[in-house]
Amino acid sequence: MGTGENLLERVQASLGAQALETGMAHGILVLQITAESLVPVAGRLKQEFGFDLFLDVTATDWPQRRPRFDVVYHFYSARDFVRVRLKTQVEETDPTVDTLVPLYGSARYMERECHEMYGIRFRGNDDLRPLLLYEGFVGHPLRKDYPKQREQPLVPYRDVKP
Amino acid sequence: MSATTPVPRQQKSAAFEYLTTRKDEFVGWARKFSLFPYPFVTACCAMEFMSVSSTLYDTDRFGAALPRFTPRQSDLLMVVGTVSHKQAPILRKVYEQMCEPKWVIAFGVCATSGGFYQNYAALPGIDKIIPVDLYIPGCPPRPEMVIDGIMKLQDKIAGERHPIINQDF
Amino acid sequence: MSLPPLTTLPNPIRPAFTKGLTPGSVIVNIGPSHPATHGTIQIVAEISGERVVRTDVHCGYLHRGFEKECESHTWHTLIPYVDRLNYCSALINDFAYCEAVEKLMGIELTPRCRHLRTLLAEYSRIADHLTCVAAALMEMGAMTAFLYLVTIRDYVYEHIADLTGARVTHSYGRIGGLARDLPDGWLQRLEEILDQMDTFVDRVHGLVDRNRIFIDRMRDVGVIATAEAINWGFTGPILRSTGTPRDLRKDTPYLSYGELEFEIPVGIKGDNYDRYYVRMREIDESKHMIRQLIDMLQPGPISVDDRRCTLPEKQAVYTEIEALIYHFKLIMDGIQVPAGETYSAHEGANGELGFYLVSVGGGVPWKVHCRSPSFVHMGGVHRMLDGYQLADLVPTFGSVNMIGGECDR
Ligand code: SF4
Repeated sequence: MGTGENLLERVQASLGAQALETGMAHGILVLQITAESLVPVAGRLKQEFGFDLFLDVTATDWPQRRPRFDVVYHFYSARDFVRVRLKTQVEETDPTVDTLVPLYGSARYMERECHEMYGIRFRGNDDLRPLLLYEGFVGHPLRKDYPKQREQPLVPYRDVKP
Repeated sequence: MSATTPVPRQQKSAAFEYLTTRKDEFVGWARKFSLFPYPFVTACCAMEFMSVSSTLYDTDRFGAALPRFTPRQSDLLMVVGTVSHKQAPILRKVYEQMCEPKWVIAFGVCATSGGFYQNYAALPGIDKIIPVDLYIPGCPPRPEMVIDGIMKLQDKIAGERHPIINQDF
Repeated sequence: MSLPPLTTLPNPIRPAFTKGLTPGSVIVNIGPSHPATHGTIQIVAEISGERVVRTDVHCGYLHRGFEKECESHTWHTLIPYVDRLNYCSALINDFAYCEAVEKLMGIELTPRCRHLRTLLAEYSRIADHLTCVAAALMEMGAMTAFLYLVTIRDYVYEHIADLTGARVTHSYGRIGGLARDLPDGWLQRLEEILDQMDTFVDRVHGLVDRNRIFIDRMRDVGVIATAEAINWGFTGPILRSTGTPRDLRKDTPYLSYGELEFEIPVGIKGDNYDRYYVRMREIDESKHMIRQLIDMLQPGPISVDDRRCTLPEKQAVYTEIEALIYHFKLIMDGIQVPAGETYSAHEGANGELGFYLVSVGGGVPWKVHCRSPSFVHMGGVHRMLDGYQLADLVPTFGSVNMIGGECDR
């Protein structure tokens, strides 16, 4: 376990300057960064510190807050077995971050999902077609202001006589 | 085909009526033991579907084991699992591709009513888009329940009218 | 019958390409309701002769709004939804989710609960691998092997149903414990089943391992190298089949895995045969772990003694006003989880199954996000399909074991 914690300390020490805020939460190093420094930080995480597995990207919606969205990334080091979480905030009016596809192939699909669910735009990802949803779906269902039961059926319903 | 105008039905002899009823019974009996299911398998219910069609429960005993993997050759559409709005056009297309006579089983509560997925993504029951003959409740239904459902459907088929010949016969 | 006309049916997807790269190639569409792919997946493939040039994989046909649904349920009542993510091994999902909530609340499990969860997770993993191998073999025409494996899987389901009340979707985990303790004689039956499993699994080994047809279809098909697998985010048996012993049970031990002795089976070159073999070997390892856990199980409470999450005894609810109030509060308002966020991952049957939870305090989660292995695998599966024959698509897909519920959520 020791090497993993050392690694996190080293990451914290050397990337702390680029982050707005750092801290540990339940064994995961959390770095709050600006949208601009996302790609450089992720690149250093991968190249210098060996975080080779890109786990996940998702967003959190805070309708009352400005900026409204958190974009949350998780990385895992398959050598030292520790995780890092990057968080960056984006505005509702311009929910754009840079894509991580050049660094990690797996980002392609996950960014597509995040895009359709929250409407986050990933600059540089050329394939943001709907993935879990379908062509013609209007809105972003995981945003808090999308009503849970608003359906957009593709097939017209049959008129069933009771 | 005779050139004369068809005889009105009420003038048919009792013997003819007797024959058509017997014919319906006979065709119904034949059809109920030769169901060729098309498994439209989507979700968790598939796990039970696998169990039902394998050794321990064995739907072969009911003449309903051999799945046809093309809708054109099958007459029983088993919708197993959740159907989402994205999937709905495909289900509809599969249904249209099947030849008459055809029956539909909604397997599991998701296919029946959407189950506990009442949200933007899931179709609230396949009967919103295609007619359903039999609903099997359960999440997922136990294999016994499925077998019971198949037997009920067989009863239904046996009791149906099977118009394979018209009244000019 | 009044069906609206068919001509209005829209196409839910937009393929990435509609024209072939080379003049002779053809675009074919496979799925989403296709007999030879288990799971609802649609593959648009460009083929030149029999060779697949490139593929465009579409998932999402089973998207059921899991994350949205979670946001309107209390922390406890969403457990049934969690179950239906990877329905082949529902218990692993349960425990992974519960552990994430327990992390937020700072709950330490009782030893019996820990061991029992580990045991059941391994048992579930066996059922999952049996299903995966059975389905993959059936798709290649090995019906006998399928019937053997499904028979033993049915024993497992029936046995778990004795404990949890349901065959497939168990809803057995509880935050801070488990729903109920083992019934009498459960462990004896478990040992019987493990012995029977040896017989059945051995028969399958005998049927397919050295079978010429099987080897021809599996060896050197769907090959992926370690570096590429990691780049595409692969975890679990797929990553291990490339020869890398990466397994969260060993790397970041959780539950009781730190106290167990087991090996991580790895493959040689990351092809279909290796994936099949890694899964079969993992069944053996899981059996080995279960046997150790049976010996480790000691009597004791199965739920933590913590008013914040554990329901009071039923008897007390009927006789004491305080217990009644606690019961009422826990059911009506739900468990009060302190504000915070966490990510917790378990080694699911297909790879890293993570839950990212955000709580703002109170009884309802703000966000429940599931990092599902199948979804990530679908993002990179085209690397294993491109360049092989069209018919190879079926075994490759079978060995990846895409689970619709988990992939599309
Ligand atoms: S009825 Fe239950 S088991 Fe069946 S598909 Fe729906 S959620 Fe899954």
